[in-house]
Amino acid sequence: MTAELMRVEDLRVYYQARKGLIGSVAVKALDGVSLAVHAGETLAVVGESGSGKTTLGRAALRLVRPTGGRVVFRGEDVTHLPDSRLGAFRRRAQGVFQDPYSSLDGFMSVAQILEEPLAIHGVGAPRERTEMIHDALRDVRMSPPEEMAARFPHMLSGGLRQRVGIARALILKPDFILADEPVSMIDASSRAEILYLMLELQRAYDIGFLYVTHDIATARHFSDRIAVMYAGRVVEIGPAERVIDEPLHPYTEALIRAIPEPDPANRLRHRPVIPGEPPSPTEPPTGCRFHPRCPLAIAGTCEVVDPPLIEVRPGHHAACHLHPTPEEG
Amino acid sequence: MSLLEVSDLTLHYATRGSPVRAVDGVSFRLERGQALGVVGESGSGKTSLSLALMRLLPSNATGYGGSVTLDGQDVMALSNDEFRRQVRWRKMSMVFQGAQSSLNPVLRVGRQVAEPLMLEDGARKAQARERTLRLFDLVRLPREVADRYPHELSGGMKQRVMIAMSLALDPALVVLDEPTSALDVSIQAQMMNLLKDLKSELGISFIFITHDIALASDICDRIAVVYAGQMVELGSADDALTQPSHPYTQRLLGSIPRLASSEPPQFIPGAPPDLSEPPAGCRFHPRCPLAFEPCDRAEPPVAAVRDGHEARCWLLTEERP
Repeated sequence: MTAELMRVEDLRVYYQARKGLIGSVAVKALDGVSLAVHAGETLAVVGESGSGKTTLGRAALRLVRPTGGRVVFRGEDVTHLPDSRLGAFRRRAQGVFQDPYSSLDGFMSVAQILEEPLAIHGVGAPRERTEMIHDALRDVRMSPPEEMAARFPHMLSGGLRQRVGIARALILKPDFILADEPVSMIDASSRAEILYLMLELQRAYDIGFLYVTHDIATARHFSDRIAVMYAGRVVEIGPAERVIDEPLHPYTEALIRAIPEPDPANRLRHRPVIPGEPPSPTEPPTGCRFHPRCPLAIAGTCEVVDPPLIEVRPGHHAACHLHPTPEEG
Repeated sequence: MSLLEVSDLTLHYATRGSPVRAVDGVSFRLERGQALGVVGESGSGKTSLSLALMRLLPSNATGYGGSVTLDGQDVMALSNDEFRRQVRWRKMSMVFQGAQSSLNPVLRVGRQVAEPLMLEDGARKAQARERTLRLFDLVRLPREVADRYPHELSGGMKQRVMIAMSLALDPALVVLDEPTSALDVSIQAQMMNLLKDLKSELGISFIFITHDIALASDICDRIAVVYAGQMVELGSADDALTQPSHPYTQRLLGSIPRLASSEPPQFIPGAPPDLSEPPAGCRFHPRCPLAFEPCDRAEPPVAAVRDGHEARCWLLTEERP
């Protein structure tokens, strides 16, 4: 395995939400997550809304301050670095976000959008910057770059806007990119195009990607490993194909079975579903957080004991009492 | 007799430039108790098609025409007032995209379902309440949910309330515009199972509008693929999904990442056209890898590929312009 690029350890992000007139209650958006992204690797983080996947990405970029745990980037603990000392980190760790309509300033041309990070980090003289902007546009296949640089976001399709978002992340030559739902607002026929582009750029520049998505099917095809999150925790993590083909956690299995493939026989049968809805992040269930919805829950165990994430098969971990730790089994 | 027969339906929008041809000569039939999937990408005109059917026209609508026969009645001949009183919500209702957020936050949801019953149906308060509770049973919501406010409901529960509302006046046809796109996949699957139950229990017909052809396969008997304001393929779900005829449908299916296969998804280069200036000839030709001589100058005719299956492509006909 290649060098470790980014590691989070027991990461926690709690928000205070108002309850009633004077009370407040902790929303545990992220509650003890540990994982690592290696150079040149894509780790997909898959989960439904409220799973904590977006918070994990934001905390990894230090866009939110963790309540507990550590963020280690290239061996350096950046968890508590003051903003004034985050410059080098920000330059090496970039983000591509969900909405290519709102994440680009409509009053700035593509050239201005791409120049902004260079100006903030004091990279290049004006003439060099123009060249860097054109290179970045060529990297994301926007040609001719001179013409594309002069355009404004409203003149571009959703797919082209997201390319500008990728070029903006790329222009500082980062080692790490958080891609938070980068294609969920892109049309189905263009999604794979954007994902292939990201894969190609990753190989060309040896970038580590944290690909945050609700779409486990794209994760299967465009990532090396998949982490499945539920209610602020990682419940399963392992090689992408193994997680899909031989899921260890009942939640992963349910998630996979909930997704229809285009098959005319679908309409003739009910889809197997997990009952209920994800729990409230202010009052997660005791024991395993999935136990109230789990068809395989073991009474007396699952609602009492919080299962640890253990390595069940080489490189494939799950947090589930169906896969007991060696000393239990 | 089909429940719904639509012929050459058109809806354009006036802009400063040329009009946007959002629905441009769409024809199809829908049988009783069946579900028709209308599948298209953003900007294909699929939502405009539903607005045209419901006659909920934006103020810049222009070029609204064609024929729509619902349950034997020529509804295009009705005045707006007649259409509102006789057709909309009564014979044909709709669940709008993102409709969960249009619930009134200060009214209990049961009251919001009961209100149209009292206004439209002249039901007394007690009758409307009883009917509301039965509608809640129908969409598998516990009756006590009727006394809650929207903010106390999850997204999935709110969407069930919206479906209950659409069923309030017992319509024969419900148009569902992306009814699950705001929901998580596990909740989406629950919602699709509910729609299947309603279809088989009530014999209700659906027009299911979605960008997701795989999701359409979960309920639809027939599938229509729309591109740039036109239907490019229409056939049984079996044919459209397993033997698609139009190059666009074929590539749309190829662009879906499959969980069960290691075959990587493909993509269609380029973007859908601007509907105010659609390409000449076949609207898909600039993105079509199979385009040949007539495609960029002449609009392809609708060709019958098999019985009950048609597609708009020069490859599928011997005719030449």
